[in-house]
Amino acid sequence: MKLEVDGKAAYAYTANHDIDPAKRSVVFIHGAGLDHSSFGLQSRYFGYHGWNVLALDLPGHGRSAGPALKSVPAMADWVVRLLDAAKIAQASLVGHSMGTLVCVDCAARHASRVGRVALVATAYPMKVSDAFLGAAERNEYSAFDMSTIWGHAPQVPLGGNPNPGMWMYGDTQARLERLAPGVLHGDLKAVNDYVFPGGVKCPALFILGRRDVMTPVRAAKALQDAIPGAKSVVIDYSGHSLMAEAPDATLDALIGFLNSGTEP
Amino acid sequence: MAGPKYPGFDTLALHAGQSPDPATGSRAVPIYQTTSYVFRDTEHAASLFNMERAGHVYSRISNPTVAVLEERVAALEGGVGAIATASGQAALHLAVATLMGAGSHIVASGSLYGGSHNLLAYTLKRFGIETTFINPRNLDDWKRSIRPNTRLLFSETLGNPGLDVLDIDSVAGIAHDAKLPLMVDATFTTPYLLKPFAHGADLLYHSATKFLGGHGVAIGGVLVDSGRFDWEASGKFDTLTAPYSGFHNMDFEEESGTRAFLLRARREGLRDFGACMAPMTAFQILQGVETLHLRMPRHVESTRKVVAFLAQHPAVSKVIYPELPDHPDFSLSKKLLPLGAGAVFSFEIKGGRPAGKAFIESLRIFSHLANVGDAKSLVIHPATTTHYRMTDEDLKKAGITAGTVRLSIGLEDAQDLIDDLDRSLKISQK
Repeated sequence: MKLEVDGKAAYAYTANHDIDPAKRSVVFIHGAGLDHSSFGLQSRYFGYHGWNVLALDLPGHGRSAGPALKSVPAMADWVVRLLDAAKIAQASLVGHSMGTLVCVDCAARHASRVGRVALVATAYPMKVSDAFLGAAERNEYSAFDMSTIWGHAPQVPLGGNPNPGMWMYGDTQARLERLAPGVLHGDLKAVNDYVFPGGVKCPALFILGRRDVMTPVRAAKALQDAIPGAKSVVIDYSGHSLMAEAPDATLDALIGFLNSGTEP
Repeated sequence: MAGPKYPGFDTLALHAGQSPDPATGSRAVPIYQTTSYVFRDTEHAASLFNMERAGHVYSRISNPTVAVLEERVAALEGGVGAIATASGQAALHLAVATLMGAGSHIVASGSLYGGSHNLLAYTLKRFGIETTFINPRNLDDWKRSIRPNTRLLFSETLGNPGLDVLDIDSVAGIAHDAKLPLMVDATFTTPYLLKPFAHGADLLYHSATKFLGGHGVAIGGVLVDSGRFDWEASGKFDTLTAPYSGFHNMDFEEESGTRAFLLRARREGLRDFGACMAPMTAFQILQGVETLHLRMPRHVESTRKVVAFLAQHPAVSKVIYPELPDHPDFSLSKKLLPLGAGAVFSFEIKGGRPAGKAFIESLRIFSHLANVGDAKSLVIHPATTTHYRMTDEDLKKAGITAGTVRLSIGLEDAQDLIDDLDRSLKISQK
């Protein structure tokens, strides 16, 4: 779906369905340097199972016009304006990595717009190594290498992709190579600098990968402790890219969590 | 923290795409000799059909054994994924059928395998897809031949049988300036000798029958997508960027971005044309891929010895191999193919057709057959076999004469091969 936010083109995948005011809505928010297609299977499922789906491309990513936003709060505010453009009063949010911080920031500062939040692969603080930040700032390919290799469980290059015939490393590299210079660095700096204001009251689910080396399970604890009643699912064999590495387990966790709610 | 490191080529050749079988612990890739897969329940079935969950439905579309080969070749090539097909020809057809329909146009090298030439020159023409064949060394020809309805630039990495080395970087640049993809047939080079995606190619395929398998027991192809071509930005590929009524109005690029081409190729091309790879074939080709990094250096080493022998033989008027200084692509070969220009090459025997006939019929180790890239050394006379449907003019463009003999150097003792050639050349000149 093509929308306009702040006078610029904004894009959200809707699984080929129009927005129906009678349906509940879920927004998928991608991670650093990625786009809506990272939630391909999961967003498609909800679109065909009674939900309005907006799997968005943040500004400067995928099909949404740039420039990319420089901070997590700016991204969260933009998501709210995207909901306005789509005429959606309230939605549940599903984020991955950087997208998880956008989710919690939205839930903290725009509580009335957020039903529940599902946080796939998260950490707080989400500190990025100087080497990674520096390589991204210099637009060096090694930043893509770090994102690709650390972004998957160690067994990924030697194991099978649940999606037949696909090579996860190659797919991640190809997506990153489509970014305009500086976008990955902007994303990484945004998460590195993010300060969580607290105050999230809505139901929250953490979906974490036991083999995640980028946002290890233990690194989510501060955020888990800060959200009362938050629940967690840890997927044993997955790394950071849970939607690709463990698509069914991730989807099942989302189905259980989102369908258990009664929010509009 | 140590910097990130990718597994090496040799490791990927042995492991990529496969975890030990979760059901049995089998270390070797199991042969899933099944047509279909039991659904957990009706909801699971519906989700698989509607692409909401990953998995297998029917082995024409995907199969666990075949998927290992696909992922492994994609890993070795640095692509986003791959689709294994019934043959290399099926891979070429799948690519073309995924990208275009009637009224489209292809610019292709004139130095193609005869079967590829047939498909483009005759068969696809019958379905409304025209091809302009050009000299792959002439960059202006590539540029000049692009029309508004052109949808693909296509060549072999090493032309057949003249071994024209494709200047991939330059031709890819021409293609991209025109918002078109470049596809290469990388059969002769394999990912061990050349990585076309690193030079700008967008799509590639192999006749896996050749070096990937290496044993001459299985026919197959593998089509690989780099995932780097932006179909949406090009604006020329409705098959990938417009709603497809054959799949719930799916816009493949919107749905999957970098995976759009493979998604449509699998969900339409395999579904409807059905030229899939059998699981046993995938298993057999995997056995070859696991030793590709050991075999290719030996192929090249023996080829160099045979080429050096033939180049000084009095019965040979010309040897066509890119590593020879008189080859037009000598410099390009050194740049693109530092590990070797492959193990298939041609030479001109003195005495024309009668000498060629006597030579081929005198060989004892070399097998006279229509294949290349086998562990066993092979020989063929292109003008009367692989390229026999081509006109004299097209043959000339492809660098083939009545005296052209093509060799594929295998893994036998190199001196035995040289002795076999020497004896047969002497007989040919009597």
